[in-house]
Order: sequence, then structure tokens, then C-alpha cells
Amino acid sequence: MKAVRLTTPLTQEALRQLKAGDTVLISGTIYTGRDAAHKRLVETLDRGEDLPFNVKDAVIYFVGPCPAKPGQVIGSAGPTSSYRMDTYSPRLIEQGLTGMIGKGLRGPAVVDAMKKHGCVYFVAIGGAGALMARSIKEAKVIAYDDLGTEAVRELVVEDFPVIVCIDAEGNNLYEQGRAQYQRN
Amino acid sequence: MRTITFEQIASAVEGLCIKANTQIGADVKEALEKAHAAEASPLGKTIIGHIMENNAIAENELVPICQDTGMAVVFVTIGQEVFVEGGLTDAINEGVRRGYEKGYLRKSVVKDPLIRVNTGDNTPAVIHYDIVPGDKLHIMVAPKGFGSENMSQLKMFKPADGVEAIKKFVIEAVEKAGPNPCPPIVVGVGIGGTMEKASFLAKKALLRHIGHHSEKEHIAALEKELLEKINNLGIGPQGLGGNTTALTVNVETYPTHIAGLPCAVNINCHVARHTEIEL
Repeated sequence: MKAVRLTTPLTQEALRQLKAGDTVLISGTIYTGRDAAHKRLVETLDRGEDLPFNVKDAVIYFVGPCPAKPGQVIGSAGPTSSYRMDTYSPRLIEQGLTGMIGKGLRGPAVVDAMKKHGCVYFVAIGGAGALMARSIKEAKVIAYDDLGTEAVRELVVEDFPVIVCIDAEGNNLYEQGRAQYQRN
Repeated sequence: MRTITFEQIASAVEGLCIKANTQIGADVKEALEKAHAAEASPLGKTIIGHIMENNAIAENELVPICQDTGMAVVFVTIGQEVFVEGGLTDAINEGVRRGYEKGYLRKSVVKDPLIRVNTGDNTPAVIHYDIVPGDKLHIMVAPKGFGSENMSQLKMFKPADGVEAIKKFVIEAVEKAGPNPCPPIVVGVGIGGTMEKASFLAKKALLRHIGHHSEKEHIAALEKELLEKINNLGIGPQGLGGNTTALTVNVETYPTHIAGLPCAVNINCHVARHTEIEL
């Protein structure tokens, strides 16, 4: 399987080339956020204020990393379960978010928003946080410092390994992959 | 009476928290190697390979296997002839506090489930005590991540529902969880007792070494049947398709009431951590 290389920002043109099942190596800047940060991002939009980063053509990684050991950029940093962000994701996709990295199932409202506005759902390997941290070259907190591990971080990544799980047409690798190996 | 000090306990728990989060057990490693060899899906095989590589990095560099270093679940078996100098629960929590700080482990515990402010030190732990004869103190630390914990299920069946209903329930719990608990998973099932006992048994079942089946013949047969059916679901590594959905299914049972048949399912991801010490 040859990996597709992509560099952020992730434009509409670039994301239309990605198909469910593609293995991808992401380089460039991505942003982190999980439960508590997503709640604040959406509350910020509700108040009509600007988000702490430019969400247009941005990729967000659902992660709450471990603290960095001395000499490390970041601690273990694998994906967290994405379904918990389903309440908030459509709002960010409407604002121009083009990529989400996480693991696990997504709800129909998220997939509808992805198809309507153009967004791709990537999965990373859950529980392989030590391996994934190796692709993270820089990390800094840019918002909600008080949330600790849940703060929004700007990460610079190099060849960060992910798989396209749901593409902008709604093709879903969880469904396709399972159908291929199910018995009975 | 044998005296064990607060410091001995805190120090032991500190070490266990770090070790459990950075070194996967030999039984899990072996199960992953077998799964890697047997996996039919090329993508699934690659994923299991990455998981094995990740475990090696964590062990060699003493970094957490997974960023979710869990809520510390601690199983304590205490001999009734042991005298603990200082509070035992306090000593365990002190060990968790130190271990999560010194090991650069993620602090994932919030003080109030509704107000949700992080306690900042991963305490309190969830502690289960068992009092037995003798003068030994046995402590097992099992950090539990919530990607898999959130996929737990409990159901109070009628005795007439029988084993077929239990099989259906366990398989549906795994099917519903799908990719969320980071397959390949370990499935813990608790049958019997009361509502909370069944849940405790399901958790305890996760701690049994992979490859050790129940000593009860009918339960061992149930474990094997459930494992085969779960792996036939096709969910596969990380839910992307394949024939390795679970590494093992462990079932624990307990006597129950004439009117009831409680059953709980607790799922663990492939980072099935537990480390123990006897003082």
C-alpha cells in the first residue's frame, strides 16, 4: 500500500482526491482538541467571536497527550474516541474545517456535514501513542491552557500516519472493511 | 501481626503505575504476535505490526504505551494479620499521585463527574479490597482507559433467558462497540452475583492472563465459542476489517439468586495493562 503524502492546509481540491482506504502521511500544522476544548470552541462561535486558530482548511486531531518527558516535544499522543466530538464537529465543518483525525465511529449528522461542506475523517491507530508522538516535531499550547491535556495545541507534524476512514463522498472504511471479513 | 508502612505501600504503587503504563505483559505480546501471523487483512496485519512496534518503543524509552494512562484501578488482597501503619487507602492514592507525576503519565481524573475539574494528580484511584487469611499484602494496579471502558454493558436477565441470551448480549456489546475500544480487544464477562458483583467480575476477568481459560469446563467452552463468534464479526484491528477482533474472552462467574441472572461485559483495548506486587 503506497501512502499518499499531503501537506496542510488541506484544501477542497486536495481532499476530493482522498478515498476511503487510502493510507496518508500528513505533514505541516495541525491543531489538537478534545471534549472540553470542542465545547469552548462552539461556545465561542455561539457568541459570534473568533476561534483561537484559523479553522478554514484546517485539520484537527482529537488527542489529549501525555506530558512531555525532558528532551521530548510531546508525550504519548494517540487518538481519542471521535464520537464524543459528534455534538460539536458539524459546527466546525461549517466554518471550513476540512480534516479530522481520531478513531472510532461517527454519527450521521457529522457525515452529512462532511459531504455537504467537504471534509475528510482520518483514523490513527488507537493505543499507539508512543509511535505517533515520533511524527510530532513541535507542539505549543495556543488556547485554553487551563484545560491541561485538553488544551488546544498547534502541532507541526512530519509524515504523521493516518488512514482515510470516511471520505468527502461518505464512503466508509469501517463498513467496507468489515463487510469483507465478516463470516456467518 | 506483621507491620507494613505507608511508605512501603506508596512506593510500591508508584512503581506499579509507571511499569503498568510503559510495559505490556508477556501474555499480550505473545497474543499480538500470534494475531499478526494469523490476520487475513493486509491493512489489519500492518496495524498489528504498528501496535507491536509501539509497545517496543514504550518499553525501551519508558514512555506510556497509550496517552490514555487511565483511571488507576487497584485490587488489594490483604491478609487479616497485616497491620498497616498509616492509612492504606491514603498510601495507595499517594502512590498513584507520585507515579503519575514521576512517570509523565496523563492525569485524566476529574473531581466531580458533572462539574469536571481535573484533580491534577490522577487521584482518587478506584480501589477494591479483599480480606484473606495470612500476613501478606498483594497489590495489583490496572490502569483503565475510557475508550474501552465507555463500551461496557450490564444486563439483568431472567433465569429463563439462559446462556443463549448471554452469548447474544456479549456479541452485540462487541458489535455495537465496533472500532471504538481500539480492537484487538480483551473481553471480560461477569455472570452471576448481584448487579455490582457482575460488573466487578467482568473487570476482574480482564486481569486474567491471555491463554488461561476458566477451570470450569462449561465456562471454558463458552469462552472459546464467544471468541470464535466475535472474531467472525469481521470488525478486525482498529475496526477496519479483519479476523482479529478479540485476543481473548475471559468469563468469571459467581453464585446468584434464584430470581436472577446478571451479566456484565467490560472491554479492554489491546493495551491490557495490569502489574502486581506482593509485600
